[in-house]
Formats: sequence, structure tokens, C-alpha cells
Amino acid sequence: MTKQLETVNKADTVAEFTVKERSQLRIIVTRFLRHRLAVASLITFLLLIVVAYGGAALWKYAYTDITPDNSQPPSLAHPFGTDGIGHDNLAQVLRGLQQSIKIALMVALIATVIGTTWGATAGYFGRRVDNLLMRLADVVIILPAIAVAAALASVGQGSWFTIALIIGVLASASVSRVIRGVVLSLREQDFIEAARALGASDFRIIARHLVPNTMGPLIVNATILVAVGILAETALSFLGFGVREPDVSLGLLINQAEGAVRTRPWLFYSPGVFIILIALSINFIGDGLRDAFDPRQTRVRQ
Amino acid sequence: MIAYAIRRLLISIPVLIVSSFLVFAMIANSGDPLEALRVTNPPTPPETIALEAKRLYLDLPWYERYWVWMNNLWHGEFGPSVNVRENINTEVWTRLGVTLRLVLVAMLLALILAIVAGVTAAVKQYSKTDYTVTFFGFLFLATPTFWLAILLKEAGITLNQIDGDPESRMFYTYGDRSVFLDDPTWWNKFTDVAGHMILPTVSLALITFASWSRFQRSSMLEVLGSDYIRLARAKGLRWRKVLTKHALRTALIPLTTVTAIDFAGLIGGAVITETIFGWAGMGQYLIDSVTTRDVYALMAWLLVAGAIVVLFNLIADLLYGVLDPRIRHD
Repeated sequence: MTKQLETVNKADTVAEFTVKERSQLRIIVTRFLRHRLAVASLITFLLLIVVAYGGAALWKYAYTDITPDNSQPPSLAHPFGTDGIGHDNLAQVLRGLQQSIKIALMVALIATVIGTTWGATAGYFGRRVDNLLMRLADVVIILPAIAVAAALASVGQGSWFTIALIIGVLASASVSRVIRGVVLSLREQDFIEAARALGASDFRIIARHLVPNTMGPLIVNATILVAVGILAETALSFLGFGVREPDVSLGLLINQAEGAVRTRPWLFYSPGVFIILIALSINFIGDGLRDAFDPRQTRVRQ
Repeated sequence: MIAYAIRRLLISIPVLIVSSFLVFAMIANSGDPLEALRVTNPPTPPETIALEAKRLYLDLPWYERYWVWMNNLWHGEFGPSVNVRENINTEVWTRLGVTLRLVLVAMLLALILAIVAGVTAAVKQYSKTDYTVTFFGFLFLATPTFWLAILLKEAGITLNQIDGDPESRMFYTYGDRSVFLDDPTWWNKFTDVAGHMILPTVSLALITFASWSRFQRSSMLEVLGSDYIRLARAKGLRWRKVLTKHALRTALIPLTTVTAIDFAGLIGGAVITETIFGWAGMGQYLIDSVTTRDVYALMAWLLVAGAIVVLFNLIADLLYGVLDPRIRHD
């Protein structure tokens, strides 16, 4: 009898909770997936990475190959045409795509890690530390990227990592300001007080309580930083302070095509379209993420 | 508020000194400003090189050179330029004027476009207009400045050639003014300068407009969703009046601060637009001084651009306080 009752009770409880408990991550993923444009952009971006690496590996020409056909318009043999020396433009654009994506992702990583540590420390400790760290941010924001890149060009031999490091560190100053702002408002909340009362160390509070709570703005910011990174890298390379020959970047390709927009337009348009595609898809992904983390921001009732 | 402003300006002095020191250290140690003299053919006499080195204080270690520069600055001198014929003091102010001409007009254009587009998109949310504005906003946000500028420049050249007459032209595609005018009357000078401005300002304005219109749209949406707008409508005020008097005024506050900050950023950084259209402005000055390792010229650029950044960040913060009474500085 008692046994029977127990089973009945159990069945009741199961029936009662038809609504599944969903984790925070689950909710965010579902919300993101509902944003069709963002999902399409994510797929586009992933495809671009696959095309950049897979395509370059499969394509019959390497970016360094010099073919006998120079200044050819797009054809079956050279879908994106060739440049004045005879480089296959598709191979060059794919290589540029690889370099630009690699740099942009590294910029986002560097700027986010440094900027978050910087901003969280400043916001959490406040007063002197905050003042000092934020004035440091002012200093870094004033530094011109062109001068820094030119000065360090000889140090890293102009490698892609040096360029990513320069853009990333300079961008981290603005990230630190954003994160500091978020942490400043979080710091006053009860759960931080509670953690402190329990005797948690400063490091533990920052790492376990503050940083996870800034995840929303942090991830959105990191996504946007990829777009910022792409545009900054291509601009630096265009001006001659970024990726240098014999290596290739989308910005450098456009620089080399500047004088030939009229005669060999394919050299100018193809890298540009890829930059726009990457930056556009990243911005849409960022928008979708922002909505997923904070649905209040866009759905405004009228 | 005045005490707050003064405190902020005082704090910015060490900020400028530290960043100038960092840039000086990096540039002074990364190349030889007399490189061009050393590789001439026929070779430059060693005495000339020694004299040039003396003139640029290259016989001193770099940190002493920084100190010399600080001393010069104290007396109102930006120091000797690598280019003998150039005086940094006059050069930097002339170039600031050129850049200001470009940036001010471009920003004004972008501001008008962004407010009109952003507000319309917000008022008619999820309509065709909204989607069009959003599409172009995102598109220009993703377009590299240099690509758009080259595109416009080429379009300008194509339009110039369309009538087949090589003498006539609608758009000037290079320089900030003509080197030589047949008939330099006041009016001709004005139209010449204005003609040179069209393409650079439009390309800069389109890029700037992109983020501003997004910004204006979201701030307008936020205001339109607030309770006091609902109250205004419930009181029976006309919709147009609610929009212009109640909603728009509040929704403009965030954009003012963004404008102030972006403006400051553009003064030192309209680099790409200036390079492509061949304007001798601040951005060109930065590139030239970096490539020739003209460290005193670079310092002058940094001080002017840096001071403007500091000043406009302060103005942005103060404006926010003035326009939005909920925020107070003390």
C-alpha cells in the first residue's frame, strides 16, 4: 500500500514539472538561434574560414606562384583573374583572407583578455588603482597605431602576430573602460558583499563573481572587436604599416590594386568584397548575441 | 562642475607627457632620420651629415633629446624638423586647418543624415524604411574607409570623362585646392576649395553616418518605449509634437557625446581619406613624420591631436551632465 502510494506520488511530481529547467546558456543559445540573420551570418563566417583554409589547400595555385598569364581578366582558369606579375588573384585573396581572419580573431582575443583584466581590476579596487589604470587607458588611447606599428615593424619582422598584438593592445584600452563600467555597478550588489563576508579573496571575487557576470557585454564586445580588427588590420596594411610583401593581406591587395582600378578592376573589387562580407557577418552575429544576452535592448513595446 | 573640469584638464597633462614619452622612445629608437641623406648619389659630404645630426640633436642620447624637446616646448617651439625648409609650428597649424575643413563638413553631413535616418527608422520600426536604413547602416559599417574612398574617387574620374572633354570636370579627385588658378578671384577660390571637398567629405560622412544612425535609432527606440512618451500620447498631444518636442530632444543626448568623441578621434585620424584624396592634413602629417622618423614633427602632431582628444572627451562628459539633469559631476 505504502509502496503504491509512493509510485503515485512520484508520477505526480513528474507530471507536475512538464516545463524543463533550462540553463542560462541554453536560453541564450535558443534566443540566438531564433535570430535568423545572425545564424545565417554565423554560417557565412564559418564558411569563409573553411573556404580560406580549405580552398587555399585545394586550389591549384599557391599565392606565391607566378603564372605565365599576367593581367588576365576573370576566366575559368583564373576565376578572380591575375595581377600584373601573373599571380593568381584567387590564391592571393584566399591567402589574404586567412591572414586577415587570423589577425582579427587574435586581436579580439588579446584585447578581450587584457581589457577584461584591466577593467575588472580598476572597477573592483576603485580609488587609487582605478584612477591609475584609467589614466593608463587614456595614455594608450592617445597612442597612434601607425606610429607604434612603424616603430615595432623591425622588431617582429612585420609578422601577423606583431600586428595583431599592436592592434589588440591598443584596443584593449577601450575594452577596459567598458568592463570597468559594468564592474563598477556590479561591485555594489549584494552577492559581492556576501562573497566578501564569506572571506573570499579579491582574486576569487574578480575571477569567480565579477568576470562571469560581465560575460554578456564581454562576448558582444569581443565579437565586435573581430570586425574592428579586420578593418584596422586592412587599413594599416593598406597604408603600408601592417602586413608586408611578400606576405598577403586583404588590405595590402587593395593597396596594390589602387592604381589599376580602371585597367584591372577585378584586383580591386575581390578583396574588398571579402572584407565587407566578413565585417558584415561579424556585425550581424554581434547583434544577434546582444539580443540573446539582453532581450530588452531591441524588442521595444510601442 | 568647473572644479571638475579643471581637475580633469590637470590630470590630462601627465597623460599627454607619458604618451609623448612613449612615442618618442619608440620612434627615436626605431630608425635613422638621416637615412635619406646617407644614401644619396653622389654621396652627401660627411660634414653636412654631421651638421644635420647636430641640428637635430642626434649627437645626444634619445632621452636627452626628449628633455631638449620639452625645454623647447616650454619656450613655445616644437623643435627642428628633419625637413630643413619646414617649420613645425606653422606646418602643424596649417594642416590642422585643412583637416578641420574636411572633418567639420563631413561630420555635419553625417550628423544630419544619421538623425534623419535614425529617427525615421525608429518611428517606423520594422517597416521598409527601417530595413533600408538598417541595411545601409550595416553595409557602411562593414565597408573599409579606403575601399569606399577609392570607389568614390574612381566614380568621380569616370563622371569627369563621361562627356569626352578632357578639360572639363565635375569632381576634383586630388588635393585640397588647385595649385594654380587662372583667375584667382574670391569667388573662384571659394568654388575651387568647395569642389575639392565634395568627394572626400562624402566618403568620410558615409562611413561616420553608419554607426551614428544605428546609435540614433536605438536611442530613439528607447525613448519611444518610455512611460513619459506614453503619458504624452495619453494626454492627447499630437503625435508630431510628441515626437519632436518630447522624444527627439531626449533621444539626441547620447548622440551629442558620441559626436564629440568621434570628432576628436577624426582630427588625428582622417588619415585614410587624406591619403587617398591627397590632402595635406593632419593624417598625412602623421604618416610623413612616422616614415621619415621626424620625431619632433610627430610630437607636435601627438600633442595637438592628443589635446583635442582630451578636451573633447571632457566636453562630452560635461555636455552629458548639462543635457541630462540626472547626471551630475562633482
